[in-house]
Amino acid sequence: MAVLTRSVRPRSRRSARRLAADAGLLVVTAAFALPLAWVVLSSLDAHADLRVKVPDGVTLSNFDAVMTSDITFTPLLNSLILCGGGTLLTVVCAALAAYPLSRFRSRLNRPFLLTVLFATSLPITAIMVPVYALFVQVNLIDTMQGTIFFFAASQLPFAIWLMKNFMDGVPKELEEAAWTDGASSLQSLIRIVLPLMGPGVAVVTVFSFVMMWGNFFVPFMLLLTPDQMPASVSINEFFGNRGTVVYGQLAAFSVIYSTPVILLYVLVARRLGGGFALGGAVKG
Amino acid sequence: MSVTTKAAPPPLRRPAPKVASPHRGGLLRSAGRALPLTPAVVLLLLFLAGPIVYCAYIAFTDLQLTGQAHSSFVGFDNFREAFRDDAFLNAVWLTLVFTVLSSLVGQNTLGLALAALMQRASKPVRTLVGAVVITAWVLPEVVAGFLLYAFFRREGTLNAILDWLHLPSQNWMFTLPILAVSFANVWRGTAFSMLVYSAALNEIPKEITEAAEVDGAGGWRRMWHITLPMIRRSIGTNLMLNTLQTLSVFGLIWVMTRGGPGDRSQTLPLFMYEQAFQNSMIGYGTAVALLLLVVGSLFSLVYMRLLRTEV
Repeated sequence: MAVLTRSVRPRSRRSARRLAADAGLLVVTAAFALPLAWVVLSSLDAHADLRVKVPDGVTLSNFDAVMTSDITFTPLLNSLILCGGGTLLTVVCAALAAYPLSRFRSRLNRPFLLTVLFATSLPITAIMVPVYALFVQVNLIDTMQGTIFFFAASQLPFAIWLMKNFMDGVPKELEEAAWTDGASSLQSLIRIVLPLMGPGVAVVTVFSFVMMWGNFFVPFMLLLTPDQMPASVSINEFFGNRGTVVYGQLAAFSVIYSTPVILLYVLVARRLGGGFALGGAVKG
Repeated sequence: MSVTTKAAPPPLRRPAPKVASPHRGGLLRSAGRALPLTPAVVLLLLFLAGPIVYCAYIAFTDLQLTGQAHSSFVGFDNFREAFRDDAFLNAVWLTLVFTVLSSLVGQNTLGLALAALMQRASKPVRTLVGAVVITAWVLPEVVAGFLLYAFFRREGTLNAILDWLHLPSQNWMFTLPILAVSFANVWRGTAFSMLVYSAALNEIPKEITEAAEVDGAGGWRRMWHITLPMIRRSIGTNLMLNTLQTLSVFGLIWVMTRGGPGDRSQTLPLFMYEQAFQNSMIGYGTAVALLLLVVGSLFSLVYMRLLRTEV
């Protein structure tokens, strides 16, 4: 009997605690979910306003209305070019840079990595005004390539840091076998190391892309021609500067614009968690 | 060539002789090895270090948007002017309020509370919380801004709820704009703290908390005397990173209030932008940027110290 009560009581206390924790979390989650519910419900509502409400009838008319080259296709294509270009440059440079940092011992490694770590947490927002002034002087203002270069540079410190940590996890023995067979460092990086750390490369790629996709201030400052604006800027120009905002359409466009990054994030979420704990560094 | 037994775990990690001797080949070899670093270093120097150095230079000039040819060196004038400028001091104050409210208090505490509750919650609830909170974090900045704008507007969801509860509603964006943008930042940024603290809490050995439980320590006491001291490094790094992130928030506030009404939600990044572009004073705007960068660097150095003791 004594055994029974002792084994039952903590369990019931534990389940009571679990219920309390569940209840608390659900309340907070509801608060977090309200704005998200607004965007999803409004995008399907022909008479959407600023309040969360269930639409009378589900309609795709908002999506139809924003599916034009002006509102959706051109800005999303621009985003794709900017973020794709920036990500490609970031990943290639980071992979190359991480290789000697991870593979060879040098007295310069530690200072270099510390500088990189320092740079990962600098407030990039602060340098946008001088970057603008600099870009005007070297004629890179309002160019896609200039913006891509800056995107890549701003993402590079974190990418190098993350890439180096993933690369350290690939055992060196396999490469050494390749070297004895006469492969160069570059060959062994491309043929052996990178394929072995495929998931790591995917994490760096997706993370860089997601960061650039959502970034507003960089293209807002560096691009001037409306035709070149990525979605992050065009959405603000388009809906922010109009007298009457059609909230349903705004919501529909927000859904279209946000879905790719959410899907990409879900793809790498588990590994990113580990990467964060390991590398600790920036968000946003 | 004799080492081909794949099955056995590799013995001591020892570089092959070809790699190990740093003296053979000397300078040429180390130069060759450093070669892959070049593209990254060039990019970083041109597009990150360059602007920072340029920032440090034009902060001391009177560079303007119009008539850039005649900018001249003005020493510390921009900084002196800033500290006499009420609008600047207002921006410093608002940045402080914004950072303390949203980062130190909001994201940090709420993130820790969520992580601690998640340790005890049932799995489906845990998954749901994670999904919702992280979605808020992954959303593009501008979209997050629109969502919170809709939430806080006079006709928005928050007032609808207050009406329903028979509580007084108000025009949040007008009466308390800095509070509205701070809440927006909490909404958007808490996921990061939650992830950091979840990882930290998972690393605490179960035996320790169980032992304390057996000794009769209640929930709060366990939190205060055992859990918090054990995760203090995570708290340090998380506070640093949250603060740095919050210092540089621009898009969220821009979309929600444009720094207004008046300048009542104008934090330093927005003040910097307004001086540089709406008032065409690039030199002055850059001086503000430099101050922001210096504050950020100090936080960054503290963060590195914290991390170094950890590694």
